[in-house]
Amino acid sequence: MVDLAVDVGRLKLANPVMPASGTFSDGLARVIDFNRLGAFVIKTVTRELRAGNPTPRVAETAGGMLNSIGIPSKGIDYFFRETLPFYRCFGPPLVASISAPTADGFASLAADISVAGVAAIEANISCPNLEEDGRAFAMTPQATAAVVARLRAATKLPLWVKLTPNTGDIAEVARAAEANGADAVVVANTILAMAIDVGTFRPRLGSITGGLSGPAVKPVILRQVYQCARVVKIDIIGCGGIACGADAVEYMLAGARAVQVGTATFIHPTALIRVIDELEDFCNRKGFTRASALTSALMRSGADETDVEWRQEAGE
Amino acid sequence: MDSIHAMTPSFPVAEQSAVVAENAAVNAEYRHLVIANEAPVVDVVAGQFFHLLCPPAPDAAPFLRRPMSVYAADRARGRIEFLYKVTGAGTRGLATLKTGERLNIVGPLGRGFSLEPTWRNVVVVGRGVGLATLAPLARMAKRAGVGVTAILSARRPDLVMSVDVFRSCGAAVITVTDADRSSEVGNVERLLRGLAAENKVDALFTCGSNRLLQLQQRLGRELGIPGQVALEQQMACGLGMCFCCVRDFHGSGGAVEHRRVCWDGPVFDLQEPLSW
Repeated sequence: MVDLAVDVGRLKLANPVMPASGTFSDGLARVIDFNRLGAFVIKTVTRELRAGNPTPRVAETAGGMLNSIGIPSKGIDYFFRETLPFYRCFGPPLVASISAPTADGFASLAADISVAGVAAIEANISCPNLEEDGRAFAMTPQATAAVVARLRAATKLPLWVKLTPNTGDIAEVARAAEANGADAVVVANTILAMAIDVGTFRPRLGSITGGLSGPAVKPVILRQVYQCARVVKIDIIGCGGIACGADAVEYMLAGARAVQVGTATFIHPTALIRVIDELEDFCNRKGFTRASALTSALMRSGADETDVEWRQEAGE
Repeated sequence: MDSIHAMTPSFPVAEQSAVVAENAAVNAEYRHLVIANEAPVVDVVAGQFFHLLCPPAPDAAPFLRRPMSVYAADRARGRIEFLYKVTGAGTRGLATLKTGERLNIVGPLGRGFSLEPTWRNVVVVGRGVGLATLAPLARMAKRAGVGVTAILSARRPDLVMSVDVFRSCGAAVITVTDADRSSEVGNVERLLRGLAAENKVDALFTCGSNRLLQLQQRLGRELGIPGQVALEQQMACGLGMCFCCVRDFHGSGGAVEHRRVCWDGPVFDLQEPLSW
């Protein structure tokens, strides 16, 4: 028997696998058993109604996809009226992803959404599709510090801060989030990118640029998880191109406490369940009784040889 | 449409690996794909679709699934049929599938067509690959004892599909083509007005042409005829999660609102979508 349970900050999860915001909704309950998930992370809620970006909103690339959905949102009233009651029927904790155009907006939305039934807040300070050429709070440690401090003061719930990969020094941004009260950081979001149709000379996304996700981004985000894990003590949730149990293990070895599965669910709606099952299989095969022992278990060169031997026996 | 298999009621949509029973060209542009299900599947309603994980084409590997409306479903034989036009990387990949190979499918998805009990005669107006979406509606109407007139439009006579399907369901078939200019909106309008005068149009069903949608929206409003339209749009998830496949609709208070073709449709009330 493998104990898959992990603690992400103050929040206890039955397993470390959850959906990434924006790649999950009630529709998936038609395909998989929601009670098997570690947590629910719902599509980002904004206070106001948002229409989202012009179509086409998605384009295929090699080993991944671009999106410029633009955070269409039905607003916070819809969240209270429809979303929250729906997820109350299930066991896993609900993580409310929120976004706002200003630090003030983030703080007031976090305060208003801190209600019974919401187990944690994931502050999406990283979405590259908002105004200002895709600039986001999480591009700089300064802006991150300011918005996280406001969020921390606004809610007593566990606060997860979702970082952007589109920054020069993500470890410094993670440190800024930690220093200002984040319980965990989600590393990361999509990578700013674009694609052009050479037949029409037009961009393949309606909003010209968008975010790259899928297997193509995994090595990049994995590196960022590793860099963040070396400098922060708070938990890290890895998110980038995870499609199978081995991908989840890789992220945990690099330092992630838990993982989010996003784009893979578009290709295989059963992907979340597959990742959970394969993670358990992996632990069984490698002799791990607790999945949480995988976190930061990366063997770096210079480790003593006895230790390496032990891992190989347990593993291979 | 016929249901295929019984399935766990709490999970009405399944991801499964199905076996290709047949995948052959039906004319210069279209192919007919038949898959045999092994895992259980729920009822398939005319207008619903499956999301297909197309194999790589010789020159490109599709990353996302491709939505494909169901052309026919046969419960007794456990088969689902699709009619597709080979265009992009996904359908070029589909075209490579040989009998006995496997295809990963997710479905059935979306909202299909519905027939009101008061309707006695309906008219189906389809063009191009939209005819594949409308064909199972003819079977649904036959079972319900509803008479069907089908106006089938295509560029050339050899590309008009589903004529046999509609005829075998007892539909009166009128084919119109670009080749002889009979497919022009003015002529289709003349045909529809004639059918309306004969009380043959309790409802209009359409798929595959923006021009014909606009025509039917206008006639529907003028003559007080209800209807339904099946829309197409690029999709990623097929389950309402990603908001990729939105189109513009008339919202409340005159506002334009987005709806997801995969989740809120693909079949909508005829008057609700904005034409494009």
